Amino acid sequence: MTSLGDIPVTVIGPATTLNFGNALPVLSEVRQALARLMETGEPAQIDLGAMPFGPGDEERLMQLLGSGEVTATVDALGSTRIRETAFGGVWIVEYLNADEQRVGLHLEIDEVPRMLRPQPGDLADALAAIDARLAEA
Amino acid sequence: MASPHPESPAGRLAPPLRLQSKPLRQPQPEPSLGEILRRNGVSRRGFLKFCAATATLMALPPSMVPAIAAALETARRPSVIWLSFQECTGCTESLTRSVSPTVENLILDTISLDYHHTLQAAAGEAAEHAREEAMNANQGQYILVVDGSLPGPDANPGYSTIAGISNYEMLMDTVKGAAAVVAVGTCAAFGGLPKADPNPSGAVAVQDLVKDKPVINVSGCPPLPMVITGVLAQFLTFGKLPELDEYRRPLAFFGQAIHDRCYRRPFYDKGLFAESFDDKGAKAGWCLYRLGCKGPMAYNACATMKWNSGASWPIESGAPCLGCSEPNFWDAGGFYDALSVPPGRPGEALLTAGALGAALGAAAGALGRRKVKTAGLAHQAVTADQLEQQL
Repeated sequence: MTSLGDIPVTVIGPATTLNFGNALPVLSEVRQALARLMETGEPAQIDLGAMPFGPGDEERLMQLLGSGEVTATVDALGSTRIRETAFGGVWIVEYLNADEQRVGLHLEIDEVPRMLRPQPGDLADALAAIDARLAEA
Repeated sequence: MASPHPESPAGRLAPPLRLQSKPLRQPQPEPSLGEILRRNGVSRRGFLKFCAATATLMALPPSMVPAIAAALETARRPSVIWLSFQECTGCTESLTRSVSPTVENLILDTISLDYHHTLQAAAGEAAEHAREEAMNANQGQYILVVDGSLPGPDANPGYSTIAGISNYEMLMDTVKGAAAVVAVGTCAAFGGLPKADPNPSGAVAVQDLVKDKPVINVSGCPPLPMVITGVLAQFLTFGKLPELDEYRRPLAFFGQAIHDRCYRRPFYDKGLFAESFDDKGAKAGWCLYRLGCKGPMAYNACATMKWNSGASWPIESGAPCLGCSEPNFWDAGGFYDALSVPPGRPGEALLTAGALGAALGAAAGALGRRKVKTAGLAHQAVTADQLEQQL
């Protein structure tokens, strides 16, 4: 057995359709973070794994956030799925391990998510690599 | 976006936990964690991802990721010696029985687990020799993890021995060179089931015996695996121990009551309670307070971190919280007695706290703590028939 999904049991009940009311407060927090990004340029991250979500809360939040124009996948230590929401500058970043199981779910309020930017040292390494390629040619 | 090292072993977030003792460290300086990860082909984005997952693991906000990255870049892997005494191995099972490799395993793989007699291949004198070598090689620097309570110095040591060494002697010998002690599970932290009345083996908690070293209690029966590794990650990352509550538990994980982080809390505030396990309220997901939920007096991270890779947790499954991370929870009366019902007199005291709203939540918690003490003194046995009548 490699995952919970392999257990041949399906839960049937009303729990997943209930609204426990935890999605809207997060959307309100996103709104404040977006306003701060506009005013000061300060980005923000929200760890959804730290939220006391009940069944259906995460799905409700995702419905509220919607989908935007950009999706990206970063392949490093397993994949990371990045999706723009219907609100520009609000990104869903889902960290997965090698078995495609989630190890983290963040909202990033930024112009470009941190994982998509070159990391410190990447540009210098790239410059050195191009120089080496030119020297070989 | 392609990985810069697609063929590297770093393609996996977490290699499987090694189920054998690792070779003892050599005297030369260990490479830093950053160096280890780079040698394994982990890209800078991969390192950033590792740091983001570590922040989640330590219950720190994502804004701390750059600080975590800077600290982990130069961190050296600590040596860990793990002693198991009067325990059921549930704590080790919690730690190792993840559904698949997770970031917890990666944290574990970056520590040097030099002695753990459940997991290591060596046994008997060879295992004890490995423990002594690890202690000598890392004198004053290793973390000592203990699960299980142990017979106190005045108890019959024969109740629990390892390789002919009493638990008490082994603990006091091993703790001398430790930098800190992490008591994993309610048994090690507070005595747990072995200490429950009538405590036949004279069991005591680690903190009852260790007075000259920092003791961190990671309680729970068992504790959340992420909390166990989160404490180790804290030490690995920042080289210091986390801030603790009055019971020496890390505030990052035990700082808030289950009740205050429960997704069913709004129903408590509205006075909407399940009265039995299959009534309308239970099906609608209402508060389980009247079914014995100890959430108002229980401090743990289950409500957010959840179990089984975040699949669910007891309250989400419809079961009241037992308060397993609290001292003496085994002697706290019936698991299905509501907090405001006096022990031994179920049904005679009516519940009003929920209807009065959230302000009484804290009072219910305090009441619950008093109830634990009262129940411990009274220790009234409950038969299966009585339990069924209550339900």
